[in-house]
Amino acid sequence: MTHLSGDIRSDTLAKPIVTAAEAVEGIADGSVVLVGGWGGVGVPHALLTALAATSVSELVVVTNNCGMGHRGDVGLLFEAGRVRKAITSFPIHPAGVEFRGALARDEVEVELVPQGTLVERMRAAGAGLGGFFTPTSAGTPLGEGKEERTIDGRLQVFETALHGDVALVHGHRADTYGNLRYRYAAGAFNSTMAMAANRVIVEVDEIASDPLDPEQVDTAGIFVDSLTVVGAP
Amino acid sequence: MSAIGWELPQWAERVAASLGDARYVNLGVGLPAKLPHYLASRSIMFHCENGIVGTGPAPDAGDEIPELIDASSNFVSLQPGGVVVPFEVSFSIIRGGHLDATVLGAYQVSAGGDLANWSIPGARIAGVGGAMDLAVGARRVIVMMHHTNRDGSPKIVDELTYPMTARGCVDVIVTNCAVIDVSPAGLIVRDVPEGMTIEELQGMTGAPLRLSVAGTRGR
Repeated sequence: MTHLSGDIRSDTLAKPIVTAAEAVEGIADGSVVLVGGWGGVGVPHALLTALAATSVSELVVVTNNCGMGHRGDVGLLFEAGRVRKAITSFPIHPAGVEFRGALARDEVEVELVPQGTLVERMRAAGAGLGGFFTPTSAGTPLGEGKEERTIDGRLQVFETALHGDVALVHGHRADTYGNLRYRYAAGAFNSTMAMAANRVIVEVDEIASDPLDPEQVDTAGIFVDSLTVVGAP
Repeated sequence: MSAIGWELPQWAERVAASLGDARYVNLGVGLPAKLPHYLASRSIMFHCENGIVGTGPAPDAGDEIPELIDASSNFVSLQPGGVVVPFEVSFSIIRGGHLDATVLGAYQVSAGGDLANWSIPGARIAGVGGAMDLAVGARRVIVMMHHTNRDGSPKIVDELTYPMTARGCVDVIVTNCAVIDVSPAGLIVRDVPEGMTIEELQGMTGAPLRLSVAGTRGR
């Protein structure tokens, strides 16, 4: 450990530790909300539950899955009528009844994006890029209407950066500086979304009293705005 | 469904042979997800979209780690040397050409190697997941699918009628009735089950087939 001793600056650098309800306060109608997780793992259940309980509306939700029948997953937002549009890669799941209900009621527009393109569009946003060319989806229905260019002999389409107003992130362990660790594959989408939104709201299983090992940090506190402790699942 | 096609063990053996010496492999959901059982003796690191490189067998009940799952949402273990990389790195592995091979299921494959495996005609909504990324990114794309639909109509066709996943991406088609290379010279049959003739196979196929110069096994 090479941290300086003492925590003279921790008052100003510490991230606010708030309840889930406080964490989602002030999210405006129409916001673009990035929701972490993949295949039901790494999903910010407490933050989604709190957001569904607000009166916010017309959200644009960016999420790999649109609900898998798990308690506290993104299906809550569809059930509560909070969502105008979903930008998503794998929305259909047999147990995702809330999303399919919203779809059947014509309440929600869907933009289907290949999974690698979805994460890369957010990586681009986090890195300050306008977008990128990729062969993924070129010549397919999902590439229709996109700017095309042949690069290295391959047809490619232009994909624009995807910024969030807000990101809802699930981490395993944080320190008070907002540095984060994920467990195994639970970082999926979370670590990228944490760099791609103006306001990054994080829930974690636990907050360590000492700073995390600086060589073992997945998301650095510079990206994080607030912490909510949800306890181990 | 042909009664004279290979059963899964013999079918999987053909897929394994088509993998050659591939070391880093992504298996799609459905039929390809059944392959690890038949590839246990091979030195292969299985990659999963969520960032796992080196998924191992399902853990014993009670030993599951909730954050170690595969694309079919089954619990997996990590094999020795297995790692979990950040998600965007996982898709750099796929899109950047670092996978030796992927084995994907399919609705249709065309004579030119166009792949359809993510949506059906007229579907209001579908899931695409990593299908398009794998199809354009893996160095070798092997399709494992039944030779025909349940009604007997061909899944290997001149031109796709299902929505395309990627153009010209398929290298090998391994069905329960044939191993077929997709080449600039057309569809080349390399192997058929014992007792099947090329004429029978052609009758179940919607695009012209040619026999490999070396001839086929079987018959």
